[in-house]
Amino acid sequence: MEPILELRGITKRFPGVLANDHIDLKLYKGEILALLGENGAGKTTLMNILYGLYTQDEGEILINGKKIDIQNPTDAINAGIGMVHQHFMLIPVFDVTENVMLGNEYTKNGGFLDKAKAAKQILDISEKYNLNIDPNAIIEDLPIGLQQRVEIIKILFHEAEILIMDEPSAVLTPQEVDELFKIMHTLIDQGKSIIFITHKLREVMECADRIMVIRGGKVVGEAAPENADPEKLAAMMVGRPVELKVEKELATPDGTVLEVKNLTVVNKNKKIEVDDISFEVRAGEILGIAGVQGNGQTELVRCLTGLMKAQLGKISVLGTETTNCAPRTITELGVAHIPEDRQKDGLVLPSPVQDNLILNTYYQKPFAKGIILQPEKIHQNAEKLIKDFDIRTPSSIVPVSGLSGGNQQKVIVAREFSRPIKLLIASQPTRGLDVGSIEYIHRRLIEKRDDGCAILLVSTELDEVMQLSDRIAVMYRGKINAIVDADIVTKEELGLLMAGIDTEIDTEKRKPTRVHEIVT
Amino acid sequence: MEEKVDSGKKNFFKIFYEEISKSSFTIIILAIFTGLILGGIIACATTKEIYDAFGESFSTGIIESLKFIWKTYSSLFRGSFGNPKEMVDSLFSGDSALIRKAFKPFLESLVVTTPYLITGVAIALGFQAGVLNMGGEGQLFMGSIMAGWAGWTFKGLPPIIHVPLALLIGVLAGALWGFIPGWLKAKTGSHEVITTIMMNYISFSLSQYLITGPFQDPNESFKTRFIEESAHLFRFFEDPLRLHIGFIIAIAVAVIAWYVLYKTTWGFEFRNVGLNPDASKYAGINASLVTILAMTFSGAIAGLSGAVEMLGVNFRAVQSLTTGYGWDAIAIALLAKNHPLVVIITAMLFGFMRQGSRIMQINTGIPIDIISILQAFILFFIAAPAIIRTIYRLKNPKETEPEVEISVSGEKL
Repeated sequence: MEPILELRGITKRFPGVLANDHIDLKLYKGEILALLGENGAGKTTLMNILYGLYTQDEGEILINGKKIDIQNPTDAINAGIGMVHQHFMLIPVFDVTENVMLGNEYTKNGGFLDKAKAAKQILDISEKYNLNIDPNAIIEDLPIGLQQRVEIIKILFHEAEILIMDEPSAVLTPQEVDELFKIMHTLIDQGKSIIFITHKLREVMECADRIMVIRGGKVVGEAAPENADPEKLAAMMVGRPVELKVEKELATPDGTVLEVKNLTVVNKNKKIEVDDISFEVRAGEILGIAGVQGNGQTELVRCLTGLMKAQLGKISVLGTETTNCAPRTITELGVAHIPEDRQKDGLVLPSPVQDNLILNTYYQKPFAKGIILQPEKIHQNAEKLIKDFDIRTPSSIVPVSGLSGGNQQKVIVAREFSRPIKLLIASQPTRGLDVGSIEYIHRRLIEKRDDGCAILLVSTELDEVMQLSDRIAVMYRGKINAIVDADIVTKEELGLLMAGIDTEIDTEKRKPTRVHEIVT
Repeated sequence: MEEKVDSGKKNFFKIFYEEISKSSFTIIILAIFTGLILGGIIACATTKEIYDAFGESFSTGIIESLKFIWKTYSSLFRGSFGNPKEMVDSLFSGDSALIRKAFKPFLESLVVTTPYLITGVAIALGFQAGVLNMGGEGQLFMGSIMAGWAGWTFKGLPPIIHVPLALLIGVLAGALWGFIPGWLKAKTGSHEVITTIMMNYISFSLSQYLITGPFQDPNESFKTRFIEESAHLFRFFEDPLRLHIGFIIAIAVAVIAWYVLYKTTWGFEFRNVGLNPDASKYAGINASLVTILAMTFSGAIAGLSGAVEMLGVNFRAVQSLTTGYGWDAIAIALLAKNHPLVVIITAMLFGFMRQGSRIMQINTGIPIDIISILQAFILFFIAAPAIIRTIYRLKNPKETEPEVEISVSGEKL
């Protein structure tokens, strides 16, 4: 059978980097091909070439056996290629029809928009592929999962045969991911073909027909999910054996370190983001906060660390009230914070690594005497931390922007862990990192817990929360739906809680009913 | 309240500023070079003799043009540095009058450089802390007039007290003019580009009122009284050489600013707030306070610049529209990439060009404005580095960073 799409020897160089090295790829009609690889492996570059955002230096693209030249996204769309981006390209205040027809408007009577015609077509597509989308719905009213379907409709509206999906599951709840996989299967049953980009092994095993692993710009292996072994795939991706499971002992929690009582946080637009929540974190335990992105976790963390004001409620750290205290006061109590957006909040990117390593201790001894900085001490500190935390950097004085994501995160971890801390607030500590770095950060978190540090872990990766936490709190629309024991709860239960479904569990578990038994 | 310091939104000035800070020194030097060439072409294009020469024949035209450009720039050079031959000869002759005459252009250039240098450091300091102080001009006006007031009001003081007192009053006036926009930015989120420009107008009108009203010389309209002799800055040579201790003060200000910025915890806070206010807040730095302090210091230094001009050169305030120092200082700071020590060099570039152009105008008839055109070209090329990269086939530094790949896909690192 002839492939619907074939890439032959695609090579793309950026100065100093070989992003794609003679990649061959075949996609057959009616299959889901998973492109598995770490960040920076070159999968996004490859897809951007296919979608016309880049031009390849070497190699050719064939569609149905015919060579084609793709210079820009319009060429790609005309060739029947569509892409669902990780970040949606939708206008929130427009309705579905307007978003879908944007750039390809139907007109009638010499220039007037023909929305009805487009809406009819959208309805047809929605029914054919079981997408369940109302053409008149306003985008901002739709949940993320449905917005993604609108993106898919947009592509189908342009009559694409080949769909590229870039990390489509990153923004979804587990249930929404299942729905997405169903839709993907409906699509291929109707004769479409899909290239699915991801770094999540579980998803690949679940929905792909064929798996292609890319590392360092090269295809390093191909497999069918039936006879692939996750451990081996991970090793292929990273280039060395990887420990997928986090090894940890049972927690031995001690006294309360962080206590939050009836906390309410309101954002600038007077919208309630954190709604009357209470919990505590004890020394030597990890409390995980699970939830879909945007359910108040960000605001909760910002409030706990002094970056946002609390409207109501009380926060105390080791018995000292810290409600609405300045960030520095909180830091000096022994609170460390790994921020959600490391490039925005955690690092000063143009500054050297060594300055970033003292970002919140620069004014203390030995880094400063009075107001005079001590360059030698700052440098020694950097050299030591670079060694201890295995930060891969050419030197301690290069800007931290030049480091890879994983190493940037290591700079933050090194900075926060190198001072005596009692409480660690880690928000999305492994977002966007490669498997190797994730493994490293997880190990460090467990070590810190075993040292008797209290850890509040906020993550939208359910697997991460389940693996690391001793107890799990689920946030939904600013409230904590439940606090449950990590050993007992199932992924399905958490998924339901994250979606705010099953109010019965909600009321029942408002007070933690399953008391964590300390087994020593 | 910390939330109010706006950091996410980019405006025109911010983009321009970031673009310039990213450009390398190679670009800056090539931009100056290209600016000089284009300046020469413009000078030719505005001169009648060149057209006449081209009327004769093309080759005569080219030769005349080259001669003319040589004449322009050499008289610019002689005007700013002096005639090298005369300088050497005078040294050998040992005649102090001759030496003074030969070195006068160079020393005068240093006098002209002084306000550029101090104001340039003021603006650079603000930029480093992320505040775009467009109010150097107004702060300088306030510093100047208030130093003048102190200069003629206090009588009978010894110079050792009178001079520092007058300077201090000038500094305080400038600091107030910087504090107000800084405070407004930190507390209300108003953009300092707007407020500092507004403060300029207030300062112009206020000084106009003072010069024509309370401070007016009883014997002469539209001018203030002269400051007391005891408030004059120390001059190194006899008249007509005007080089005064202000130039040393200017160098000291640049060095102190550099030390504070790069060697102290305050500087650490200033620079990091300037580079990333969000991360600075995360790290416990009081970003609002830094904003207010940075504007206040920036204003204070600009005020000092005005005070030094008053006590060192002018001795009285005259009704005038604008000196332009506050505006040129922005260009000087940007050219130096906001490094106070590099500001010494870029301020000299501006000061020497300004001084040299006066001589050039006398010798060649080319108007002083050519210097403004030249400076505009240089800034233009620095702001649009793509042009310089294309002309000189430089590689785009951005392409070496794989981040390009990531930003296009919309995927964060």
